[in-house]
This record gives sequence, structure tokens and C-alpha cells, in this order.
Amino acid sequence: MTEVADAVPVPVTTRKDWSSDQEVRWCPGCGDYSILAAVQMLLPELGVRRERTVFLSGIGCAARFPYYMNTYGMHSIHGRAPAIATGLAATRPDLDVWVVSGDGDALSIGGNHLVHALRRNINITILLFNNQIYGLTKGQYSPTSEVAKVTKSTPFGSLEQPFNPLSLALGAEATFVARTHDMDRKHMMEVLRRAHDHRGASFVEIYQNCNVFNDAAFEGITGKDNRAEMLIPLVDGEPIRFGAEGQHGVVMSDDGSLAVVDVADVGEDALLVHDEHHDNPALAFQLSRLSHGPVEPTPIGVFRDVERPEYGAQMAEQIDAAVARRGSGDLAALLRSGSTWQVG
Amino acid sequence: MADTTTNEHQHQLLDRVVIRFAGDSGDGMQLAGDRFTTSSAVLGNDLATFPDFPAEIRAPAGTLAGVSAFQVHISDHDILTPGDAPNVLVAMNPAALRANVATLPPGAIVIVNVDAFDERAVAKAGYATNPLTDGSLSAYTVYEVPMTSITTEVSKDAGVKPRDAERSKNFFALGLISWLYTRPIEPTIAWIEARYHDKPLVKEANHRAFKAGYHFGETAELFESSYEVRPAALEPGVYTNVTGNTALAWGLIAASVRSGLPLFLGTYPITPASDILHELSKQKHFGVRTFQAEDEIAGVGAALGAAFGGALGVTTTSGPGLDLKSETIGLAVSLELPLVVVDIQRGGPSTGLPTKAEQADLLHAIYGRHGEAPLPVVAAKTPSHCFDAALEAARIAVRYRTPVILLSDGYLANGAEPWRLPDVDGLVTIDPDFATEPNHVDEEGNASFWPYVRDEETLARPWAPPGIAGLEHRIGGLEKADGAGNVSYDGANHERMTRLRAARIAGIAHDLPPVDVDDPDGDAEVLVLGWGSTYGAIAAGVRRVRALGHSVAHAHLVHLNPFPTNLGEVLARYRAVLVPEVNLGQLSRLVRAEYLVDAISFTQLQGVPFRAAALEAAILGQVERVRAGAAGPGGTDEVEGDNGKVVRS
Repeated sequence: MTEVADAVPVPVTTRKDWSSDQEVRWCPGCGDYSILAAVQMLLPELGVRRERTVFLSGIGCAARFPYYMNTYGMHSIHGRAPAIATGLAATRPDLDVWVVSGDGDALSIGGNHLVHALRRNINITILLFNNQIYGLTKGQYSPTSEVAKVTKSTPFGSLEQPFNPLSLALGAEATFVARTHDMDRKHMMEVLRRAHDHRGASFVEIYQNCNVFNDAAFEGITGKDNRAEMLIPLVDGEPIRFGAEGQHGVVMSDDGSLAVVDVADVGEDALLVHDEHHDNPALAFQLSRLSHGPVEPTPIGVFRDVERPEYGAQMAEQIDAAVARRGSGDLAALLRSGSTWQVG
Repeated sequence: MADTTTNEHQHQLLDRVVIRFAGDSGDGMQLAGDRFTTSSAVLGNDLATFPDFPAEIRAPAGTLAGVSAFQVHISDHDILTPGDAPNVLVAMNPAALRANVATLPPGAIVIVNVDAFDERAVAKAGYATNPLTDGSLSAYTVYEVPMTSITTEVSKDAGVKPRDAERSKNFFALGLISWLYTRPIEPTIAWIEARYHDKPLVKEANHRAFKAGYHFGETAELFESSYEVRPAALEPGVYTNVTGNTALAWGLIAASVRSGLPLFLGTYPITPASDILHELSKQKHFGVRTFQAEDEIAGVGAALGAAFGGALGVTTTSGPGLDLKSETIGLAVSLELPLVVVDIQRGGPSTGLPTKAEQADLLHAIYGRHGEAPLPVVAAKTPSHCFDAALEAARIAVRYRTPVILLSDGYLANGAEPWRLPDVDGLVTIDPDFATEPNHVDEEGNASFWPYVRDEETLARPWAPPGIAGLEHRIGGLEKADGAGNVSYDGANHERMTRLRAARIAGIAHDLPPVDVDDPDGDAEVLVLGWGSTYGAIAAGVRRVRALGHSVAHAHLVHLNPFPTNLGEVLARYRAVLVPEVNLGQLSRLVRAEYLVDAISFTQLQGVPFRAAALEAAILGQVERVRAGAAGPGGTDEVEGDNGKVVRS
């Protein structure tokens, strides 16, 4: 398969080439539309082949994504897409494997598979559409819903501490962790490009508006008028600062915690300089916890991007080494590898 | 072979013997039994083994709960089971004696490690008085051998600490039994040298203990006789001794080799399936990828993902693991992708009896998914047959684009038998028959690919792993439109797809060999119908009944879904059909439902295989019933067998 495809140069494509003939059936106004558009516009820029691209998903609104992509794809079962992707990526290193998931799919029913795929550094790109609500089942709270959320299943308010998806991913030894949102296509495309280019498991949280069951959950930080003051763009090697005039910044306090300050109060040199590639994930972890929900200034961009051997490649290396050491497997010899005796 | 016959001892020829090694879980009884088996295999005996151990790795020493045993049946003719009752019991402590003495026939030999029979150990095993002195063993020939003290003594000057030296007493027992049954010692010594080459003290202690045991038999004036079991007259060929799990792992590799598909195993460790993972993880030079997943669900999920990518996807499990995989197997039914699901059945429900065998997953395998989700089920019948069954499961999975459940069980998995090696070039070839080009033209006249267009003969859909331009397609767990494969909620389409999925699986029957009936006289009126690991016990029971002058037929199913096309006709030929199973009657229920045959269920669930004697009695009961004119439809009766239950309803 690989050889045939390699003989043909990567064709020049447009967004249309990456769109399937299926009618998109998300609710009008859903944030998923802008994510789909960003992905379909990004792929022609990546120089990749449709036939080597696979979108896998579990269950949920976001999980319909593969049906709308003119690539290979699988809409699987709830929470299991990272596990299915693991088998695919481990056997087919020639493929680009994308996993599309939501906050219920990835963090509730599929939490176990997510953390292990990250830990193993499977060569996949995981997109977590976080809308902080269950959409497909019509409006129950999710593992990222804020405390005291009133929903159909929690009429007196939810009792649970939500997951911080980025903190979770960093704790799970992820090698690439980023956040973007559905209101800024340029930023989204840039983060997704970085996620795609990373070797190993990439984890991208995308703040996504569910206009039916949790409308405007992120409006306070991603709304056009709020962005400048509420989103903190992370740029590798640059001081972390934000605001219309760059007047705010992030510093490390004496007790080691991070704090948002006015640059004028502390001076530019006091600002924390972002380092995506730092071996120690501690700073990325602190940045992931700078805001407590989409109501405070919130960092976006790439939090962490480090190199670690990728699982499938290591698996292939072990096979190559075994073949080099013992020669390619010989079935007749295998059957005779224990004690044998001749009768007659 | 070493010449062990001495003038002082008699030397007797035996046609067969059943030996049971029993001790604490940490005493190395499985190892001793396994080594004895290997040296017997090399000698050319036919054999069957039955490892019988607790789920706990090290239950409290000296207690009944901690007793681990290994039974081996060796013979000079072909045998079918590990034997009903041991002729020889090696008991390393009082608990091992107490746990096993009831299975011994009068006159059996009991060899005890007398050093372990102190007052405390005797009490710990639950004996009120010492069985060696209270006369309770008078029906047996008891040999008291100070195994611990001799083993410790012989390694004294080798620099081995007494505590460590004592651990070699299983090799002493092995040496003693090797002498008693005239086994060659060289293979075991070579094995000790190789196995412990990097642990010189352990090697030395085991070597010395083994030889001490061997020489003890020769020189102690304890044993009146040594014995010999001559090689069996097996079919000509090259043989090896193989356990079911090893044969199954090799069968999967064979399927990979014969299909050209890379093998991917996604699995989670679980008793008694883990040895398949262990074996396959060693065979990377066959291109085998083994993935130890975070759980059972991820194991089967990864296997399915690999299958989507064009690999031979396999998952292995046991007991509750099959429950956990059910959802993903249902997805595979919907996706119509090849997948082999290996279930090494064990006692249930829930955690049940992890180390004991049972056949109670049959209905789960066939029906255990929500919705109409049919799939083929294949069952292995002997340890070496696990190889053929694995190859067959993979063949069906690939040819029909379907998950296949392959049933083995704890008894087959750990049991061993000599296997006449097949000619690998004669093994079945599996053609993946990947899709290579578009199979549809759309309304605008463009070539396109429809993932659910079916092959007219097999009703299988095309398998198109990613990588070919023009064949991009999406599949999923939502119902798909017939042909195009797009999501469809249309009721008529759903019914058509449901019937197509069922017809595809049912149609596999035409691709199966007819069920073979062993009915040498051709005039039997009773048919014994079995499946899975009861093969040996049923065949042995049938043999016994025939030896009494009765005709009886035996058929053993390898394909449980669909059934071979001639099964209904076979069942109709006999006046009585007896179905022995290690469950509460699952196959009997299926054949009654499918063929309206008055199948009689004979069942037992004690975590151990059927005894040939129990089957003999059950079969004789049917022979007599037919003779009395009682067979045929109607009536309800219930008969207690000696270790099983016959139910007609």
C-alpha cells in the first residue's frame, strides 16, 4: 500500500478535497463547525495525503467528525478511540492518526485510555472538544462542568470538582499539550499544525461552544471583545504577557505560585518567560492552573512540547532488532523449538 | 537411556501409569511435573497432563488451600485423558496428602516427604492424628522418604545455605520418580544446566538433589520394583510436547505467516490466558506486535484498530475479560472487520475459579452482545488442536470480515500432549484479498468506493485498510446504508442489514467440513455429542463402553456457530443423543433449539475434567435406556451420575 502511494507526488488539495459528501448535522451555531473548517483548511497546508490520514472518534457530538472528512475514518464506541488508535498507529507508522473526542468521551468514560495513550506517547493527535456539557444526551453535566452546575441531571447543582484537562494530560506524562478555542481560526490552525507535526501523542484542548445546552460558556474569555484582556497567548521564549497594550503579565511569586500582574507594577524583566521545551513539566502545570475556569485570564497556545521516543517506532525497532538477531521467523523452526523426537 | 535395572530390584513393564506430584504452591510441583513430562515425551510415551493449582500465588504454606498438583498420564499406547485416578501420589507435606488421597484407588503408591510430617504440619493440614502412623493409609503402599533432609545434606559442602538447599526438594522428588519409572536423566540435567547457568549455587543444589533422588531409589532398599513404560506406537512423524496455550500462540503465528498479515495482539494479563501473551512476546522476529494494554477493553480496541489498519488483530482473555470486551466485539460485528477473540474459559460467574476449567462461556460467545450481533465460534478440543483451531479462527475472520471467538479453557491451556508436527507448507493459505480499486460509480460518473458492497458468495464486504487513494471511507457503529455504508436510520435498511449480517455468518456453514462421526460399527443407537476440551474424556468413555461390547458413536464439534451443515442429519440418525459438558447444558440447549432433537444433557462443574469412568456410566445408561425402548421424545427424568447429572426435560 505504502509503495503505491509513494510513487505519486502529494497532490495539491483544497478544503473541498477534504470534505466528505455527507451533510453536516451539528446544531446550527455549534462550535464544532468552526473546528471542522479549521481542520479542513489546515490539511491542504500540511502536505499530507488523504489516503494516509485517518480520523477516529468515540461517541458524542464531536465524534461525528470523521463522517465529514474525506479521509479514512472510524466512528467507534464511547471513550475507546485512543485505544483503537493505539493499535492502528502502532501497526501503521505511515499514517496520520487523529482522534476527535469530547469532554465526556475523553475524560469520563474514556479517561483510562486517554491517560495511557499519552503516557505511552502513541503517535496520534488528540483533539478534545471541551464544551463542559453532555450535548448528545441533551444536557447533563460533564467532568469539566463547573461546580454547582445546574443541569437536567443536577437540578440542585453538581457536586463534583471538574477535571482540568491540561493538568490531567501533563500529569499523564504527555509530550505535547496545548489549548485553543473555536472563535479564532488562525490560532486554532496554528496550534493544530504544531500538534500534527509533533512526533508522539499530542493533546489539544479546544474550548468549544455548545450553543444549545451550555451557550456562551467561554464567552467571557473568547468573545471578540473579551479576548485581549482574558486570553494569555503563550509564545515560546517570550515573556508571558497579554492585554490590548500588553499591559498584563504573569510572574512567579515568592511562594512559587504564578500570578497575573500589571507589567507596570513589576517591570518587564520580572515576567515569566515561556519555555515549551523544558524537561520539567512543573511550569506548564502551573500555567494550566492559572485560571480556575473560563472566567479568569486563561493561557492558550502550546504549554509543552518535548521529545520522547514514540511507542510505535520503538515497537518497530524491537522487531527489527529481533529479525537482525534471529533472522526472519521460520514457522517450521518455531514448531521444532522445543524438544522433538522422531517416531517411525 | 540409562540402564537402571539392578539385581536387587525387580523391573516391571507397565502399559501406563498416572503420577500426581503434589505440594505447597511454592514447592515447585508444576516444574517437577513438567520436567517429568518432557523426559517421558522424549522417550516416546504418549501422555496427557493436568496441572491443578490454586489461584493464590503463595497461599499459606502447609494448608489445603495452598496445595498445587501436577498430574501426568504416560502410556505405551495412545491415551486421551490425564487419567481418572493416580497410581502414584508424591506428597510433599500432609496437606498435599490430605487434598489428594481421596482420588487414589486402593493399592496406589504414596511417596511422602516424611520430614514434613511433624506434629504441627499434620495439625495444620487438618489431621487429628498423623496419617503415617494411624493406619488410615493401609489401603496404599506408602513410602516414607526424608526428602528435605537428604536434599539439604547433599548440598552442605557446596556453599548453599540450608534454607536455599531445601528448596531443591522438588528435584529430589523428580529424581526419585525418574528412577522409579526408568526415565532418562540426561534431559533433566541438561535442562538444569541451561536454566540455572547464571545461578551456580541454585544449579548445583538442583543438580545434586535430582541425582540424590535418583540414587536414593536405586540404593535404598525401599522399593520392591522399578517400572518401565515403553514408547507408544504413535503415527510416524516428528513430535513435540506442547501445551494448549503454546499451540494456540503458534497457530496465530501460523495464521500470520499463511496470510502475510502482520500479527497484532492487544491484551491484558489474565489467568489462564496470559501465557499466550508471554509466548507471542518472544516471537518478535515473526513481526509479531504484542501490546499489553491498560485494560481488557483497550486490548480488544487496539486489536480492532490494528485490523482496521490491515493487520491480523487478536485479543486474548478469560472469564470476566470476555464480558469487558463485549462492546468492542459488537463494534467489530458492525464494522465487519476481521478480529480473533481468544477466550480461555475458566470457572465463573465473576472471578469464579480462575485456575479451574469450565465450558460455560459458549452461550456468551454466541449470543453475549446487545442487538442482533452474530459471529462465528470455534472451539479447540485438545492442547495440540489449539494450533489448528487458531488457524481456523483466523481463516474465517479474514475470509468473512468478522470477529471470531475462539474458545479454549484452562484445562487445554495448561495441559500438554505430544503433537505430531504438521508440514507447514501444507497448512491452509489465507488470502486477505484487500480492496485495491473503487467498486462503485457515483451519479456524476466518478469512480468511488462503497465499503458495504458484498461479495456474492461470502456476503463479506471489502477490506480496505488506509493507504490507497480513492478508497477513503468512513465506517462506524451506527447502522449503515446497505452498500454505500453511510449512516442510515431507515427501518427497512436496518432490517436488510440485520438479515445480511446473519446470513453472512450462517453461510459460513457451507465452508466448513461436515461433522465427523466416530461410529466404527455403524450400528450405534447412541451418539455422544461433545465440544471443546471434553474430547479426550468422551473418547475414553466411548472406548470403555465399546470394550464392553456395545456400539456407541462420538461426534465432536469444532464449529459451534454456525454448525456444520450435516449436524441435523447426524443427530437424526441416533435414537439417543447424549451431550456431556462442563456447564449446565449449553450445547444441548442449542441443538435442542436448532434441530428439535431430544438431546440429553450430562453435566459436571467441579473445575476438573470429566472422568472417563463417569462418562462410561452415563453412556451405558443411555445404551440401556435405548435397549429398553425408552428413547425418543417426551418425558422428563433426572438421574444422578457418580460425578455428573443427567437431565432430560
